[in-house]
Amino acid sequence: MIHVIFAEMRKLRRPTLLLSTMAIVTLLTTLFTFLTFWRVGNPDGNGRRGEVVTAQFLSTPHGLVYGFNLVAFLLGIVALCIFASQTAQEYTYGTLRNLLVRQPSRMKILGGKYLAMVLFAFIMVIFSMISSVAMAYALAGHAHVVTTSWSTSAGITALATALGNVLLSVTCFGTVGMILGLLFRSPISAIATGVIWFLILENILAGLITSTAKWLPGQNITNLTTGQNFSFSYQHSLILDALYIVGAAALVSILFKRRDVAN
Amino acid sequence: MNQGQDLAISVSDLSKVYGERAALSHATFSVPLGTVCGFVGPNGSGKTTTIRMLLGLISPTGGTGTVLGHDISHPEKYLPQVGAMIEGPAFYPALSGRENLRVLASLGGFDQAIVDPLLERVGLGDRGGSKFKTYSLGMKQRLGIAAALLPNPKLLVLDEPTNGLDPNGIHEVRSLIKDLAADGTSVFVSSHLLSELQMISEHLVMLREGKVIFNGKTDDLLSAQQPVLVAKPEYAVDLNKLVEIVTKSGHAVSVVDGAANILTPVDWAATLNRLAFEAGITLSALTSVLPTLEETFFEMTGASE
Repeated sequence: MIHVIFAEMRKLRRPTLLLSTMAIVTLLTTLFTFLTFWRVGNPDGNGRRGEVVTAQFLSTPHGLVYGFNLVAFLLGIVALCIFASQTAQEYTYGTLRNLLVRQPSRMKILGGKYLAMVLFAFIMVIFSMISSVAMAYALAGHAHVVTTSWSTSAGITALATALGNVLLSVTCFGTVGMILGLLFRSPISAIATGVIWFLILENILAGLITSTAKWLPGQNITNLTTGQNFSFSYQHSLILDALYIVGAAALVSILFKRRDVAN
Repeated sequence: MNQGQDLAISVSDLSKVYGERAALSHATFSVPLGTVCGFVGPNGSGKTTTIRMLLGLISPTGGTGTVLGHDISHPEKYLPQVGAMIEGPAFYPALSGRENLRVLASLGGFDQAIVDPLLERVGLGDRGGSKFKTYSLGMKQRLGIAAALLPNPKLLVLDEPTNGLDPNGIHEVRSLIKDLAADGTSVFVSSHLLSELQMISEHLVMLREGKVIFNGKTDDLLSAQQPVLVAKPEYAVDLNKLVEIVTKSGHAVSVVDGAANILTPVDWAATLNRLAFEAGITLSALTSVLPTLEETFFEMTGASE
């Protein structure tokens, strides 16, 4: 499988994909962190869903990662798009047959591609975290935020926890992207379905019938980044997401293993 | 190796059915090791379906097959020794030709150092750094051939390798296949350029509507065909009269390049010469020729020119 990972990394590291992804991630992360700190305490809101985040809160050990947590959902959407397109394009370009001739084990192809994309997503998340932390420190003075607690053990724990949770949620979104890519075999269809579902349909459903939120995959993946911010627990989200993703991944893996490669 | 140690490919009763349509029906043929085997048939006759099954891309609905002695249900046992280009070259458009080959070399666990010599070998040495999407069809085809050569294959499977190539490129591919065959590589090549196949293929498998209609030596196929008697009058104005004489004698005739091509036993040539002389026609040429592979193909498959 290591050969598949190396081969996939060659595709993922191409400048157009790598640089554009990192540019988008940096832009989104710094924008969210900038708005949180620049508009600190603004009564019109400077946080999630219009909540007012004060300098006092930002001075706590969790203040450093607030902006990073805010952008986590969009990082997930970026990961979904990358995983979906990298998977589905093998069908649209017709390159899957080349891969299978050189590596006939379809599960190795799938596993290797997945691990390489997870590695790419991890680099993206770490890059985002560094951008957010740098922006938070740069604007702390302007926002009258005291940064001493950020470098305490509690601050470092908060940073590590946020990183772990964002890595987990981004991996979940990416996995959904790969599942959609394998199902639709078209990057546009896979990305459109994923983005419309997570950005629009789930929010409409959760807004209209609040009790559904507890069972919606996107709401639960997002809950992993914030923990306890929803009306359901982190553990609930973790178990439910695991069930959804493992179940769907198993189904598409069987499909991928058995389906004829006719294009 | 399990069976068929002297065969590169062997299939028996191989079938692939999609719904009610049989893309390949009970195909049985074999390709000896170390030969160049042409794989011909009209569009939709099942060539690509067969190649896909041999490469483990699709599963047969019936029958069995071996490649390099291994059952086709275990492609992982023989594909490391097989190079293939199926249905034209497919690569990542945003990567260079070199990088595309490196992706496949990484995947197969091959030494990256073989990439540049391969690009040189197919005439892409100076364009290896250009993105695949900027390549002409001929260049894409050459890259596809380079990719097929990556594993230093014991068996090379090429599906329409000369598509999009100019005459010089076609000549180069022909030479390449000949060189590979001389080194002991078995080559299974499908092509619509039958004149090219006739020049390089010792063996031939012909399909029509999903069924194998010939499997054997190319020479055996051609020598089994009825020769055509070609008669050319000295003066073009006599051609119609000559055709009339042949038709009245009960033989099928067609006019090609100012000559009458007559389907008849060769020993009728003397009779024709006499009949033409009696009608006042002087023949400037009277020869018998064997049909080309292309003519044989059209006759056997019923495909139209």
